[in-house]
Amino acid sequence: MTRLAVPKTYKLYIGGAFPRSESGRTYEVLRADGAFLANAAKASRKDARDAIVAARGAVASWSGATAYNRGQVLYRIAELLEGRRAQFVAEIEEAEGVSRAAASAQVDESIDRWVWYAGWADKFAQVAGNANPVAGPYFNISVPEPTGVVAIVAPQDSSLLGFVSAVAPALVAGNAVVVVASERFPLSAISLAEVLATSDVPKGVVNVLTGSPAEIAPWLASHADVNAIDLVGAGALDWISLEIDAADTLKRVLRPESGPDAAAPALGRISAFTETKTVWHTKSLR
Amino acid sequence: MSGTSLVTARERALAVLGGEPDDATLGRYLHGIPGVDAVGLEQRAAGLGTRSIKTTSKQRALDTIISLIDLTTLEGADTPGKVRSLVAKAMTPDPSDASTPRVAAVCVYGDMVPYAVDALGAAHGDPDDGLISVAAVATAFPSGRSSLEIKLADTAEAVAAGADEIDMVIDRGAFLAGRYGLVFDQIAAVKEACRRADGTSASLKVILETGELVTYDNVRRASWLSILAGGDFIKTSTGKVQPAATLPVTLLMLEVVRDWHLLTGQRIGVKPAGGIRTSKDAIKYLVTVAETVGEEWLVPHLFRFGASSLLNDVLLQRQKMTTGHYSGPDYVTID
Repeated sequence: MTRLAVPKTYKLYIGGAFPRSESGRTYEVLRADGAFLANAAKASRKDARDAIVAARGAVASWSGATAYNRGQVLYRIAELLEGRRAQFVAEIEEAEGVSRAAASAQVDESIDRWVWYAGWADKFAQVAGNANPVAGPYFNISVPEPTGVVAIVAPQDSSLLGFVSAVAPALVAGNAVVVVASERFPLSAISLAEVLATSDVPKGVVNVLTGSPAEIAPWLASHADVNAIDLVGAGALDWISLEIDAADTLKRVLRPESGPDAAAPALGRISAFTETKTVWHTKSLR
Repeated sequence: MSGTSLVTARERALAVLGGEPDDATLGRYLHGIPGVDAVGLEQRAAGLGTRSIKTTSKQRALDTIISLIDLTTLEGADTPGKVRSLVAKAMTPDPSDASTPRVAAVCVYGDMVPYAVDALGAAHGDPDDGLISVAAVATAFPSGRSSLEIKLADTAEAVAAGADEIDMVIDRGAFLAGRYGLVFDQIAAVKEACRRADGTSASLKVILETGELVTYDNVRRASWLSILAGGDFIKTSTGKVQPAATLPVTLLMLEVVRDWHLLTGQRIGVKPAGGIRTSKDAIKYLVTVAETVGEEWLVPHLFRFGASSLLNDVLLQRQKMTTGHYSGPDYVTID
């Protein structure tokens, strides 16, 4: 007896929930050979707005957690990813049309990269911060603090690795993120969101939008409640005007990168989304 | 902003009731009112909440909402400084846009009235003239659990300090125990205490605290009772009890106000308070008012929002409409 397959509709991930797009729109995600693979939600500007509200609400608790705790929570995600390897490998194989070995390699690399960033959570402040020498009996200490809400246009030519490479570093310092997944390969991003939803990451810390980056990115870039925007995957968009929009509200901006080394692991991707706070303190009152 | 004269209010009540407003007569009258169709009411409210209000209509709605807000601070931690900053926000809700209307009133505890009046200065007056009223909560707000003497003193003190509007709470315990005569007499007495030396009277808002009345039938009875006893406004909640204002409850109270207007020709105000935090919610209330009692009710002396955080959300929406991009909480004042 033949069985009718039940295709999954991939939804958005906003504030810890999986809503459909407020607009009701979906779009078809195709395999590499052009056949139908799944339906994904096509996010609207209002979904982006809701995601930013959710992210803003999550900043206080996520940035307020101890660095050690954030590291543990991020590491836990890598553990969960490992447990769902087979699903991610199958998804990448289908969506990108690559060999099982290549898909496996991408998942391995994603998990390793996640672990690498998780490890930095309670270490980057030692590297990015400083005890400054000053001409007086004072401690003068600079520490990196999260900038707040970071909007990300994820790399467009990769299912999982690009997404992980852009999202993980922004989370390390304690930022909450709103990320627009790859338009062609959005499924792994939503599957990762399902991992996040069942991990210890507080709701709203990661919000995933699928759909057209060209449509959503301008709203993210001009939104006054976004503190930084990572345009790593926006190379095909009019990213200069996005940068101009972002400048209106003094956002930090990372520019597009392309090729297999896009968003390569670097401490700079963590410190790009931090603000440096410098405090003075008397050395002693002798 | 002059309240209804007491004599006519009492006469009107007597005429409607057909007897003295004691427990028995009021009980007979209030329990003779048909019960509420809860399912129908909630469906109607849900239906009214689905209207799509966009572009210029939305702009007008947002400005209307601001002009109907009673900007409220009712915390144990209220200080004169907090009240002064609240008043500053009431007078200039959005310093970056001079076309933003003022709110209708500031709503504070009775002992904070002098600071509010002082801070308002020349801007203190009737919201129908573009000025800002001072509303004070009184009568042992929010529980209402004290003797009548204390409630009346509470009221008289706020009025003497310059309050234009008194938000009183009904004795829910007495109401639920069926002592309608007692509730009626207390409202009438507080109404009397709203009178000023020069013969004018502060407007009286009667808080039903619908979250404690439990049923829609009770809300309908309490609304009738408050109007019969001389309230100028009926208000849903103190904001201290959940659930506070909901759309079905407000719709129900508006229906009572509509029926009373048909019966007597008198217009009573309605004030939903507590839990209305977004522009989207507030617009649903505007639609409900316009569809139930008519657009002429969307003026400060007939409809108010009791709210504190609503104003900031409306300002953010307003900024979005004028600038074309989404604004953020960093661009409005924290009150």
